[in-house]
Amino acid sequence: MALAGQQNAGKSTLFNALTGVQQHIANYPGVTVDKKSGSYSGSHGAVEVVDLPGTYSLTTFSLEERVARRFLLEDRPDVVVNVLDASNLRRGLYLTFQLLELGLPVIVVLNMMDMAERRGLAIDTRLLEQRLGVPVVTTVGRKGTGIKELKAAIDRAPAPGEALAASLNYGPLEDDVVELQRRLTSAPTLQALASSRWLAVKLLEHDGEAARLLDGHLAEPHGVLDRAHEARARFEAANDLTAADHVARSRDHLAADIVATAIVDHKRDVVPLSERIDRFLLHRWLAPVFLALTVWAVYQLSIVQGYELTKVTWPFLAEFRNLAAAWLPDAGFLHDPQTRSLGLWMVDSVNTLLNYVPIFLILFALIAILEDSGYMARIAFILDRVLHRFGLHGQSTLPFVLAGVFAGGCAVPGVMATKGIPDHRARMATILTVPFMNCMAKIPLYTLLIAIYFPDDKALVLFYLSTITVFAALLVAKLLSMTLLRHHETAPFVMELPHYHLPTLTGVLRRAVERTWLYIRKVGTVVVAVAAVIYVLLQFPGVSLERQLHYQEQAEAAIARFYEALDGNPLGAAVTDQARLTDLVNVATAYGAARLNAGSREAAQAIDDRFRERHPDFWPFITRSRDPDARAAASALRQLASTRKTLRREMKDERIRNSFLGQIGRAMEPATQFADFDWKINVALLSSFAARESSVATLGVLFDQPEGENRPLEERMGEAGAAAGNTALTAVALMLFFALYPPCLATTIMVRVQTGSYAWMAFSIVFPTLLGLGVASAVFTGGNALGLDGLEMMTLVYFGAFGLLLAVGLAGWRPRWPGTPEAVPRAVEERP
Amino acid sequence: MMGRWFGGRRRRASCPLEHGGSCEAAPESAVCRFKSLGDAAPGTRCRVRCLHGGGGIRQRLLDHGIVPGIEATVLRSAPLLDPIEIRIGDSFITLRRTEAALVGIDDA
Repeated sequence: MALAGQQNAGKSTLFNALTGVQQHIANYPGVTVDKKSGSYSGSHGAVEVVDLPGTYSLTTFSLEERVARRFLLEDRPDVVVNVLDASNLRRGLYLTFQLLELGLPVIVVLNMMDMAERRGLAIDTRLLEQRLGVPVVTTVGRKGTGIKELKAAIDRAPAPGEALAASLNYGPLEDDVVELQRRLTSAPTLQALASSRWLAVKLLEHDGEAARLLDGHLAEPHGVLDRAHEARARFEAANDLTAADHVARSRDHLAADIVATAIVDHKRDVVPLSERIDRFLLHRWLAPVFLALTVWAVYQLSIVQGYELTKVTWPFLAEFRNLAAAWLPDAGFLHDPQTRSLGLWMVDSVNTLLNYVPIFLILFALIAILEDSGYMARIAFILDRVLHRFGLHGQSTLPFVLAGVFAGGCAVPGVMATKGIPDHRARMATILTVPFMNCMAKIPLYTLLIAIYFPDDKALVLFYLSTITVFAALLVAKLLSMTLLRHHETAPFVMELPHYHLPTLTGVLRRAVERTWLYIRKVGTVVVAVAAVIYVLLQFPGVSLERQLHYQEQAEAAIARFYEALDGNPLGAAVTDQARLTDLVNVATAYGAARLNAGSREAAQAIDDRFRERHPDFWPFITRSRDPDARAAASALRQLASTRKTLRREMKDERIRNSFLGQIGRAMEPATQFADFDWKINVALLSSFAARESSVATLGVLFDQPEGENRPLEERMGEAGAAAGNTALTAVALMLFFALYPPCLATTIMVRVQTGSYAWMAFSIVFPTLLGLGVASAVFTGGNALGLDGLEMMTLVYFGAFGLLLAVGLAGWRPRWPGTPEAVPRAVEERP
Repeated sequence: MMGRWFGGRRRRASCPLEHGGSCEAAPESAVCRFKSLGDAAPGTRCRVRCLHGGGGIRQRLLDHGIVPGIEATVLRSAPLLDPIEIRIGDSFITLRRTEAALVGIDDA
């Protein structure tokens, strides 16, 4: 059994209601592209259900139609359930006529009956059955009404061949159709493939693939083709209308006639509610205001409020890390067991990812509301002019919004959402430019660098950065669609604006959860895998044996000092041997971490109680007390812990310097020197390929705390940077590089999925790297040559990009352009 | 107000397509005497007469109910004047002016 119907007719909902399979449903045209199948058990055994791509007709111009047509012709389903939007019957019937002409047993389903009733339409289904000659069932897919009746109708469906298709009379063309039909009937093998009437009409419509079908089935196809050509020419000369137009018109006439007899419209003269709303929402001057308000609201609710929510959820993740730290093998004094470091590294990677879940839930729920309500399609309508100018499409808006057009999104769902764009070239351009948006993981590096180098102009620089990425995306999209993508197929922008309707709570929640879960699954697996690889690259080959001995000696000296300080102290009995000592240091560290995570005084008290109870003999070491012995012990421990920390940091530093990744970072210095990136920054950028979040984490490791002080990373980096001669110019180069930097691995994998090509995936990595490095080098080298400081250079780059954008955007702009003459023929040539 | 934008172009509202598609089969003079939907101002009520161009675009227009003989109303254009929104029966269709230019119309 096959489900066929137009987009937006509710096919996917009906498919779910029939088979119970969960899948994505949207109000946005073009979401169902893959072939989906499921099954349910009917009264005569299992019924297999195939959800065909949403199509308006059965031509060969779009991929969806080709897929649907091939399936119908080659797989010959036993029943075709033709799903129609009950409130838009006239247009839906075009497909019904074509299905009937194909000679397939059809069941017509009038879906979304509730909407039709609300709009004042009374449909006489008996009359409809008579006129079409096939069973008609009414359903409300969203509520599951009518599904039982539909299943019963499917069970009763006649076997293929028995069905008597109602035929559409083509008027002046009818004789030619019958004549061609007669000639085609002579080929029995052709009969098995498609009904001769359908073929005859297709030939008169000048359908290329139908003509090819004749080959190999007819001994002499030319006779038939000549006859069709002749009929076409005669008709066109006599009627001042192409035969294909006439076929379309005949279908529309019959549809209009059927609708006129079978439907009573009680609200014919009432302007539909959607139109009344659109008079405001799509008003020429008000539309941009409403759009800006919507975008602002989405930003406020998801990003700003979402961050507030992460403050609530973060302690749980931190607690999870502490639990993992307690569960994993204990840390050694100098060397940690490999399982412990790897385990904690993994937990940290996963935590940074999970930290964004609240934001995503809100963001995806809001976007589902925009889609379901019908406003998303209107956004495409409002913005298409601008986006089209740069080789994009009105429907590119959603991917850009998801990826973080207003600072804070994720490119993974962004690239995923490009699935809905019907124009192939614009879709490719969107996929390749969506990663330029500022995803949430880019923000920490920005804020870090801005806090160090532009403490007085924070807002301005952040504004520059969040808008310049949009400029870059638009310019790159234009560049790509003029060069590499030039020969890719484009499609016209003809789109239906769905009627507004209230989204259902369950629908929105289900979609928000589904998309968030997909993000966790897709990104999670990749991040875990890559985190493991980066870990190995950072850990090995490790510190040389003699250096290890050197550290060992220092550690032993520190331990000796500790025991010296404890000499004669009764509390020294708690640390009789080396193992106990390591335990003590670890307990002290765990206590510090737990206290840091404690939100309230009560929680801190609870932690104190827990530690006192569990480690009574260590307690004097780690708490503050007036007892002189305890104070001496605590001070000795602090000394020891600080030395241990320093030693461990030095070892880590040396390990990273020696590591494979460190070697690569140093090897890259000759190429990155023009942008003033040293090996530490190179390492951070390399590791951020796994997930952008890790760039700040890696920098944190590289600029690690000296001497147990607790100073923020920006201070440490600022100091080290100043010592290395870094200036604000370096920061600008680094931030711009990061803005244009290739998508993280999860995104590139999504690019692979959406483009279906490894070549494009490689391109999505290589091109932004070169672009980013080029821009960063130009900024640093050029800024130095011109003697500009960071902010001046940033402003220069910003307005340079803005000027370029205006130049490209306005090139060839004519105020009186409707239907620019040269644009029209080109639009036609582009189609193969 | 929109008339200002389109007034000067009426004389050019001939067939915007010199070649290609199903238009070539019919004599140009006959088919192209119609005005183009791409030049129609908001508020225009018109009847679709013919579709120029061929292949995918033409099919897409047909699929969205823009078939010869049907009545259409131009509702509005987007803030930057393109695309436009038209109403056909109970459905609302938006299309770019380049695509609308392929639709030949006359007054309803």
